[in-house]
Amino acid sequence: MSHIKIKNLQKSYIDRRRVSRSKTKDNSKASQGIAILNDINLEFEKGEVVCILGPSGCGKSTLLRMIAGFEKPSAGEVLVNNKPVTGPHADSIFVFQHSGLLPWMTVWENVELGLRHLEPVARKVAIQEHIDLVELTRFEHLYPYQLSGGMQRRAELARGIAVNPDTLIMDEPFSGLDFLTHMKIREEVVNMHELIKKTTLIVTHDIDDALIMGDKIIVLSGRPATVKLEKNLNFGRPRNLAENLELRELRDELFFMLGVSYAV
Amino acid sequence: MLNQKIILPIISFSVLLLIWELVTRFSGWSQQVFPSPLMVLISFQELIVNGELLKHAVASLFRVSIGFFLAVILGIPLGIILGRIKIVHLLLNALIQFLRPISPLAWIPLAMLWFGIGDVPAIFLIFLSSFFPMVVSTSVAVEAIKPTFFQVAANFNLSRYEILTKIVIPAITPQVITALRISITIAWLVVVAAEMIAVQSGLGYMILDSRNALRMDYVMVGMIAIGIIGLALDFIMQSLSQIESTAWGRFTK
Repeated sequence: MSHIKIKNLQKSYIDRRRVSRSKTKDNSKASQGIAILNDINLEFEKGEVVCILGPSGCGKSTLLRMIAGFEKPSAGEVLVNNKPVTGPHADSIFVFQHSGLLPWMTVWENVELGLRHLEPVARKVAIQEHIDLVELTRFEHLYPYQLSGGMQRRAELARGIAVNPDTLIMDEPFSGLDFLTHMKIREEVVNMHELIKKTTLIVTHDIDDALIMGDKIIVLSGRPATVKLEKNLNFGRPRNLAENLELRELRDELFFMLGVSYAV
Repeated sequence: MLNQKIILPIISFSVLLLIWELVTRFSGWSQQVFPSPLMVLISFQELIVNGELLKHAVASLFRVSIGFFLAVILGIPLGIILGRIKIVHLLLNALIQFLRPISPLAWIPLAMLWFGIGDVPAIFLIFLSSFFPMVVSTSVAVEAIKPTFFQVAANFNLSRYEILTKIVIPAITPQVITALRISITIAWLVVVAAEMIAVQSGLGYMILDSRNALRMDYVMVGMIAIGIIGLALDFIMQSLSQIESTAWGRFTK
């Protein structure tokens, strides 16, 4: 049984201007709204790293948000462990594109968010353990604005992992980071996954990210998005894009599929 | 940098004093009409020594404290409710926007009729003057909270009560502190006006009473005292934003 199953998923937004203009008659077109996702069918196994690629604005984030329960599908359903997703839940932790840390809380308090029901002593131990895990020891009592971009991502990761979720959902987790920090955080996400083996869904627009991290790569088409490619990558880690010929061929294929030529 | 912070205001105050001194010397007005800085200083000392100034200042501060306190403890919760519950917003927002532009001073006749002469009408006016800014600023701040924070709350299964205490209240605190600064200034403006009409004590009364006695030096002492206390009130409110757990507001957009 697969961990996450997406069945005939559709999403459209209502265009308010069109609805108000068309008043009573001819409501059929307006009620359909703007189609974002069109008939998406996917299955993810437990512990897989799934990287989702697609042209910008195609609905990648919308797909993630529906898996997380932040948005409701217009049609179809998302099943997690065979149960339909009805709303956000601590079993599926979302890592936000721009920091989801609460800026009025220190790193410590942010990590505490998911551990607040533990006994004080156990809570303290668990918070420290997860802060140490992402190498933010000694920075516990700083506020997010006092941290670098990379440290903020690590803090949010620690907060998410601390609740021991089944799934980590990351919306462009490396966007806005400089090149070296991007590489470093990517490496940490991979190492973290080796350690805890959570099902991890990552939306990215970086093809190399997908090739380095993914057990499975999904390519969505432009809006309304359909699944253009679903490919399992049966390579071990660490992966070296410079040496692995198959990965490099796949990279060319992905560049072509996303409408850009790799060699300019 | 610190030196500049101290020296530059001293320069501007000195220039004001100098202009004041020159005007009193060369305008041809008598000291009774336009007292000189020195004369006002002597009167200032006189009113401090005989306790008059302190008595009136305390009376004004008392009214402002009560009125402002009531406005804050009622205005912030109402603002939060307006910002969070759409139906209440639709129900009350137009009403509040209708009442808000009516100057508290326009309420003076009714306030005196309802509450008589004394502290109560003055407190009522101060309450009105700061209540609406508090409500409106708070509800605007609540509406401006980033949806991401509520999604984080839902993701970590926060209860309604926890959403209030861990998300809404801390998120609006920087804007609420700004609103407190603005409201206390308005309240302080209004107390003087209210005291000129409805009561027999306070700095506003002192100014009016001195005018009737043709003591313009006392009038100016009253004005200066109002300015100094206003400066101090703003400083107190501003220092709230230096508290560590609210400092993020100055760095996070």
